[in-house]
Amino acid sequence: MPNEAQVIPLHTAKRPRPATNGTNGTNGSGGSGGSERALAPVRKVRPRAGAAKKPESRGLLADAAGFLRRRLAGDYDVDEFGFDPDLTDNVLLPPLRLLYDKWFRVEVAGVENLPAEGGALVVSNHSGTLPIDSVMTAIAVHDNHPEHRYLRMLGADLVFQIPVLGELARKTGQTLACTEDAERLLSAGELVGVWPEGFKGIGKPFRDRYKLQRFGRGGFVSAALRTGVPIIPCSIVGAEEIYPKIANLGPVARLLGLPYFPVTPTFPLLGPLGAVPLPTKWRIEFGEPIRTDDYPAAAADDPMLTFNITDQVRETIQQTLYRMLARRRSVFFG
Amino acid sequence: MPKVVLVTGAGGNIGGGLVTRLAADPAYDRVIGVDTATPPKRVLNALGRAEFVRADIRNPLIAKVISAAEVDTVVHAATTAHPAGPSRRTVIKEMNVIGTMQLLAACQRSPTVRKLVVKSSAAVYGSSSRSPAVFTEDDAPRGLAAGGYAKDAVEVEGYVRGFARRRPDVQVSTARLANLIGPDVDTVMSRYFALPVVPTVFGYDARMQLLHLEDALALMERLVKHDLPGTVNVAGDGVLTLWQAIHRAGRIPLPLPGFSVPTAANVVGASRRVDFSPDQVKFLNFGRVLDTTRLKSEFGFTPRWTTRQAFDDYLAGSGIRSLVPVGRIAGLERVLARAVGSRSS
Repeated sequence: MPNEAQVIPLHTAKRPRPATNGTNGTNGSGGSGGSERALAPVRKVRPRAGAAKKPESRGLLADAAGFLRRRLAGDYDVDEFGFDPDLTDNVLLPPLRLLYDKWFRVEVAGVENLPAEGGALVVSNHSGTLPIDSVMTAIAVHDNHPEHRYLRMLGADLVFQIPVLGELARKTGQTLACTEDAERLLSAGELVGVWPEGFKGIGKPFRDRYKLQRFGRGGFVSAALRTGVPIIPCSIVGAEEIYPKIANLGPVARLLGLPYFPVTPTFPLLGPLGAVPLPTKWRIEFGEPIRTDDYPAAAADDPMLTFNITDQVRETIQQTLYRMLARRRSVFFG
Repeated sequence: MPKVVLVTGAGGNIGGGLVTRLAADPAYDRVIGVDTATPPKRVLNALGRAEFVRADIRNPLIAKVISAAEVDTVVHAATTAHPAGPSRRTVIKEMNVIGTMQLLAACQRSPTVRKLVVKSSAAVYGSSSRSPAVFTEDDAPRGLAAGGYAKDAVEVEGYVRGFARRRPDVQVSTARLANLIGPDVDTVMSRYFALPVVPTVFGYDARMQLLHLEDALALMERLVKHDLPGTVNVAGDGVLTLWQAIHRAGRIPLPLPGFSVPTAANVVGASRRVDFSPDQVKFLNFGRVLDTTRLKSEFGFTPRWTTRQAFDDYLAGSGIRSLVPVGRIAGLERVLARAVGSRSS
């Protein structure tokens, strides 16, 4: 018999970071210090023990010890998709945030178009040979949204087959791009990100940059229609030039079971150095939401309507891209 | 008309527990437990007024038991989708598939049988990278290991559906149970987490759902006592990842490439205790989460233990001691935090 049947909720909308480790209660004089650390922004936390041994980073060390204790005791929450906010916030996001802030210097516009709460589907253009654009979009949403919402991304099945990558994808809140998962996330009121161009978009040759490819079969539109959530078009400029794919080694790709094997000016010529992306200047713009809740209930089963909305979303993103490109003066300085 | 229940697999966790529970209810005139081997004394004593019949459901003799006792409710709990330890594949497959066929054949002939309750397993959904994150009852199996126990479970459900078509007057309930766990249950998961060094699949962290044995029994009892036809997923709320569970148990995870897990388990001797069949390795690789909306809304049953509580109850009850000094890190954490606190004051 259980002593107390405590129900652990599957979907807590926002999990506040445990800011201090109970020092306020045990040590009266440390109260002010504790609350000060509680207000410190999330990005300042460096959880890796030993990463900072300087005396001024003791608070971070205590936080790191707390994190280590939680991990070793298995004392954290994971949702049914495998999303682990504790690990995402403390270990996975900080290094990516460096890339976001310092390398690509991402500028974000239109955050007000993301809803404060409830489900929404962010649809974006895909590019860059490696799916760095999706990770950057997730950081753009999380860091700029007033509620610091997580973008739950839908990934290709290849991602979940690859060891480590598949695991990290699940831990950061991604899941398989299938109707079941998309609708489940949307009806749970999550912000879902989808890149409907798929491999056709991300693996297109450099000469086709900023030309949107076909938007899959429009499955994302039916998912939005079925759950009645708005579609938010998202346009990303800068990701196309990070790994200019000038050729594709088809036989090697087939041998490795990959959709393409890119040749860029630096890869495979410079070996691992070729994995360093070019430091382009990025702009991410979230467009006006396209409502789907005023269609009749059977709309999701109307292929013509689905195709029309798919085209509308695609055109919106393409036009926004052209507008953003016209304003851009330099690939590297914006 | 007298109420007579027959439970197959009475020597198992579910079958034995269910016989005991039903025998305690005076509404049933007779409760008959069937198994191939006589259960241990401890189990026999707990059966109370229930009768135990040593019979093999793979044998047509089972039809005689059903007709002679005028059984009206049959509970089929003799199938195994998750053998606890290494076991002989052919024997278990025979029991699963041929046993189910014989039992259903006997039920189809019987004029008295009104209800069939089948213990199935969430293994019917398989585990793969191409599966949706959460399975509903309508999802088809994907990514089943060839020739594994999960395939048996799919076949068993196929025979049950065939039976339901041929005997529409018999009410059929199928419960797809998640992996069982509990303080005194011998299952593959309870043996797995008791290993000091736990082999896992490198680069993957499976999402697991567990079901406390008490909850499983309570649900099976509910299916016998109430009219609840259909198929239902049964699992504790919430999710634990494999690594999280290993850490909670204070064990040491040993990540190995997927294909080498059975071999490595063999080398360290773990495969003498724990089943590392292809199905089980796939489960350790990708895991499985069930949607239990139907269980709560249509079947009116909410498990009392969440996945995490069930696991903690198992840890507490089986006396597993942590091998990792978590307490020392908590102490270090307090010291570090206090240092900052005194500095800033």
